[in-house]
Formats: sequence, structure tokens, C-alpha cells
Amino acid sequence: MTQDSRFAALDRADVRLRHDEGIAGMVRGFIDRIRSGDLGMLPVVVGLILIATVFTSLNPVFVVPNNLVNLLFDAAAVGCISLGVVCVLLLGEIDLSIGSMSGLASAMVGVLWVNMGIPLPLAVMAALATGAFVGFVYGMFLNRFGMPSFVSTLSGLLALLGLQLYILGPTGSINLPYSSPLVRFGQIMVMPDWLSYVLAVVPGVVFVVLGMRTIRTRAAANLSSHGLGVLLFKAGALTAALLIAVAYLNQGRGIPYMFGVFVALVVVMNYALTRTKWGRSMFAVGGNAEAARRAGINVNRIRLSAFMLCSTLAALGGVFSAARLASSSQQAGTGDVNLNAIAAAVIGGTSLFGGRGSAWSALLGILVIQSISNGLTLLNLSSSLRYMITGAVLAIAVIVDSLARRSRASHGRA
Amino acid sequence: MSALSSGNAVKGEPILRLRGISKQFGAVSALADIDLDVHAGEVVALVGDNGAGKSTLIKILAGVHQPSSGTIEFMGREVTLDTPAKALQLGIATVFQDLALCENLDVVANLFLGHELSPWRLDEVAMEVRAWTLLNELSARIPSVRQPIASLSGGQRQTVAIARSLLLDPKIVMLDEPTAALGVAQTAEVLNLIERLRDRGHGVILISHNMEDVRAVADRIVVLRLGRNNGEFTPENSNEEIIAAITGASENSVSRRQSRKSEQTGLQP
Repeated sequence: MTQDSRFAALDRADVRLRHDEGIAGMVRGFIDRIRSGDLGMLPVVVGLILIATVFTSLNPVFVVPNNLVNLLFDAAAVGCISLGVVCVLLLGEIDLSIGSMSGLASAMVGVLWVNMGIPLPLAVMAALATGAFVGFVYGMFLNRFGMPSFVSTLSGLLALLGLQLYILGPTGSINLPYSSPLVRFGQIMVMPDWLSYVLAVVPGVVFVVLGMRTIRTRAAANLSSHGLGVLLFKAGALTAALLIAVAYLNQGRGIPYMFGVFVALVVVMNYALTRTKWGRSMFAVGGNAEAARRAGINVNRIRLSAFMLCSTLAALGGVFSAARLASSSQQAGTGDVNLNAIAAAVIGGTSLFGGRGSAWSALLGILVIQSISNGLTLLNLSSSLRYMITGAVLAIAVIVDSLARRSRASHGRA
Repeated sequence: MSALSSGNAVKGEPILRLRGISKQFGAVSALADIDLDVHAGEVVALVGDNGAGKSTLIKILAGVHQPSSGTIEFMGREVTLDTPAKALQLGIATVFQDLALCENLDVVANLFLGHELSPWRLDEVAMEVRAWTLLNELSARIPSVRQPIASLSGGQRQTVAIARSLLLDPKIVMLDEPTAALGVAQTAEVLNLIERLRDRGHGVILISHNMEDVRAVADRIVVLRLGRNNGEFTPENSNEEIIAAITGASENSVSRRQSRKSEQTGLQP
């Protein structure tokens, strides 16, 4: 009976189409995708296993729960910046000023809140608004003057850095009070165990509930779906992985709230990119801007929204890093922040060439980047070596992206 | 749900009226003083040599380019088509020669691009069902609507582009070389489709270099030459007359080639 209904399905009428069903079909589809260059999460998983093995063998402290908790604290700030980078990369654009923007935001919080006594929420709002404005300017430069984002954000990198130094003044560094909620949020506050376990189970449950609803509506519309088995298998694997991770981290201090906020932002961004008209337009503009324009999409507005989101999230990342370090300094946002954020997005699977990627790549990529950075710190390597190694990792990530892109082209995938 | 649901204009009523349309690209005058009328339930073929300005005219009507001068009347009202969105909204749908599809998106996403159902919570199931309905009406040979466009052949892409133009139930459909990449069966399907559109009261503008296709479906044949109107014909006119108008002279490379061929065959015993 299932056989009959399957072949009657609207989307299964063509005899040339192979029907991947059940768990075996899922595995076969997965192998096919990898072969054709659609790597998905694979580089991240391989990378994380490799990194964990190497660093643990060099220094066993790496896998101690509390070190991983620290790693998550650190990951949240640059992760936010990386989430913004995903937006501009999806359009095939770039923002090189994210580091400076985060530095400026952190300086603004220090100056407005500590030096001038403006309430903290207002200071943070001002920093975020500045981020939105800077993104607006980049978007207008691109839309009005056709100024490549590479150039406009490169000049922004210098200008924002200058502004950061200017408002910090000659002292150059402002300490944020340790007892303040901001610093506690960035350094101490972790979820209670029960909350972290609940949050670990929620994704699996939501996955199953939404998945079953999709199966039902698709069946009602005479369309095929992957089947309940695959759904339960995926949800089970996801829940198990999350529970193990949470249980392990709870042996240390627990899951930082700051990391939780970052993950929540990723989830919201993922919904916006995959399930809304705005997200669809983002992918369309990244894939073929002229086609998007002719389909009636307001390309200029989409570009503006991407640059504004990117700079705003960079500003938020700056606030997070100020909270993490309990200071606003001239060093904030300089050094490797820029490249780490971009590298994280690319390693996570967002293409530099536009039109491909996902919000998850910010989360997955930042875990890889932060693990490397954390491991190298544990080895007491100087920053000279750390820069060189991080640079090499970025180069490898881009090479993998380019090769995968070529392979996708020859296998007829976008 | 039919792709060709409503014929909304009364047959014979003018839908589109162009007067004195000109377009300059710098020093080049791509179009000069073009007049064109399209009525409901009518197929107008636009023919001309390469560089005659056919595609430029289509792009002006699609809102991609703006005319340097001249007026466009749509359903009796003078309109300005300053964006593609405006043209689509009025009911002018276009199948571009370069198709204008996003290769990284799947067939469903391309069909509904810019007109997704429920913008804040995309209704993928409804869109997929509608996509299959549209494609089946065009007898499209597309195995899966969840494939990215990059994996489709030229003819399949063409069908997707045509299907997309019908999505919003337009008043006028413009097809720029719709059969150039198609096989025999698909070409026949597209010609059938054009006739179906006409019978439903849509206006159709067809650009084609294939005189056989043009004569098969067109009610009027408008010839452009070097950016100007160069005569209007019906399928009753002979091929020679039309080709003379396209090339600008009765003595042209096509006629020379024909006479040479006929001399050669005439010489043979």
C-alpha cells in the first residue's frame, strides 16, 4: 500500500529520480552530497576531532570541562561577529571592518557607561545603533556609488579604529566594574543544571514535532517525505549529542548564558534565512543579483539590511568581548578578531563567493577557531606563532571552499 | 488551480500602447521612435536582425531599462515602468533570453522568487504543489523541483523560466527567444502554450529568429530594423517580404543565397 501511494506522489512521478528513503537512503544521499562537493558539516566535525586529539595529546588540560566552559565564554563574542559576517558573505560581499566596529562598540560602552555615567542599557543601545548606522553607510556606498564593499569596509576599518582611539583618549583603557551585571554576564553567569538539560532536549522535541507536521501536510498535499524513521533517528542523535555535551560541561561550571544568547541568535538567524522571504531574497541576490532584481526583489534594500545586520552584530560582539575582558581598551577588536570572524564563517561552510551558507556555520566555525586559539594558548605559544597558525587554517578553509565549489559545478550543484 | 486561470481583458481591447519610444546608450541610439500596440487575445511577433533592438524593447517593457523618451500606455493609463517589480505588479511578465534564474536555488524557490507565499513563514508545501501544477501544465520534464537550477539542462531551465512568468497570471507575457534551447516536443508545447494564452485573452509578445515558429502562432509580425519600426506583416505575407523588411532590402544575403542555391540545382540535369 505504501508502495502505491509513493509512486502516486506528485513529486515522485519521474522514473529517472532515485528515491532515497529510510535511513539507508539518508546515508546514501549523504555520501552522494559529499562526493559532489556539498560538504556541509563534515569539515567542521573532522576539524574538531583532529584539533581535540592533537591538543589533548599535547596538553590534557584541553578537554577538562572548565577549559571547555572558558572556550564557550570566549566563543560567544567572536561568534556574534561571525554571524554578521555570514550575512554579507551570503551576498558575495565582505566586511573587513568588523574588528574595528567591535572595538569601537566596546570603547563606547566603556566611555558612555563608566566615564560618563549613562545607564548601561542606554550605552549598549548606543553602541548597537552606531553599528547599524555604520552598516547603513556601507550599504549606501555600495548602492549609490557602486563602491565595492572590500574597499568601503577597508576604509571603515581604519576610520572606526581611529574613532575608537579618539573616544578612549590618552589613557587608552577603561576598566569595567567587576560587580556589574555586564561583567558578571561575560565572566561568571552560567545556566543552572536543570535549565541546560531542558534546553538540550528542546531542539530534538521541536525537530520531531515540526517534522511530523511537515510529513502530515506533505502527505495531505500528495507529496513524499523522508519518513518518520529518519526524523526520529536524526532527532535522537541530536538529543543524545547535546545531552552528553551538557552533562560533560556541567561537571565544570556549566553553560555560560552568554553562549546561550549567541546560540539563540544563531537559531533566529537560521529561521530568518531559511523560512522567510527576506532570507530567500538574500540567497537569490548572492546567487544572481540581476535575476533577483528582475524577479522584483529590491536588491538595494537587501544589501542594506545585510550590511546593517553585520555591523550591528559586530557591535554586539564588541559589547560581549568588553564584558568578557571587563575592560574597554585600545587593543579591543584589533589583531586577529577580524580574520577569526571571517574564517569561522568560511570554515563553517559559508562560501566566500555568495549564495551558499547558513547561520549554523558561524556557530560551528567559531568552535573550530576558538578551539585552535584556546589550544595554542594552553601550549604557551607566542602570539607570533598563533597568528601564523590561524592564518594557515584560514587559507586551508578557503582552499577547501574553492575546491568544493569547483566540484559542485562539475556535479551540477550550485 | 490552473496556471492560466482567468482571461481578464476583453478580447481585442488594447492592453499596451507604445508611442515614440527611444533609448540611447551613450552615443548609440538602440531604439528610435518605436510604436507598438498589443491587444488582448493577440500574439505579436517581434522580429529583426541581431542588434535590431528587440531585446532592448523587451527590457524597457520589463522595467529593466528606462526609455529615453516616449510614452507607454497600459490598459488605457500612461505608466512609467521604473522597476521590474512595477512591471510585474501591473501584469507584464517576461521570459528573458538569459532566463534570469538563480542557479543556487531550487526550482520552487526560483518559480516563486520575489512572490513567496506567506513571507514570514514560507509555505513550502503549497509552493511545491503549485510548482508541480504549473510544470505539469507545461508538460515539463523535470525530475524533481527540489533540485538546484544548476543541475538542469538548458531546455529544463527554459521551461522553469516560462512557468515562472505565468505564476502571477499576467495580462501580457513577453517571451524572448523562448524556443531557442528547446527540443522538438517542448517547442510544440511552448507554441501550444502561446495559443492557449491567446485564447484566454492574454496578450503575447514573441521574439524569435525562427520564422516557422513565428508564422505558426503570430497574429501580427512587427519588424524592427536598426532600432526603428520597419513594417508590420501578417502570416499571410510571404517569407520574402518579411525577410526583405528585416534585412532592409529585397536584395540581401538571404535572397542571394537562395538564388544561388536554386541556380545550382537548376544547373543540375
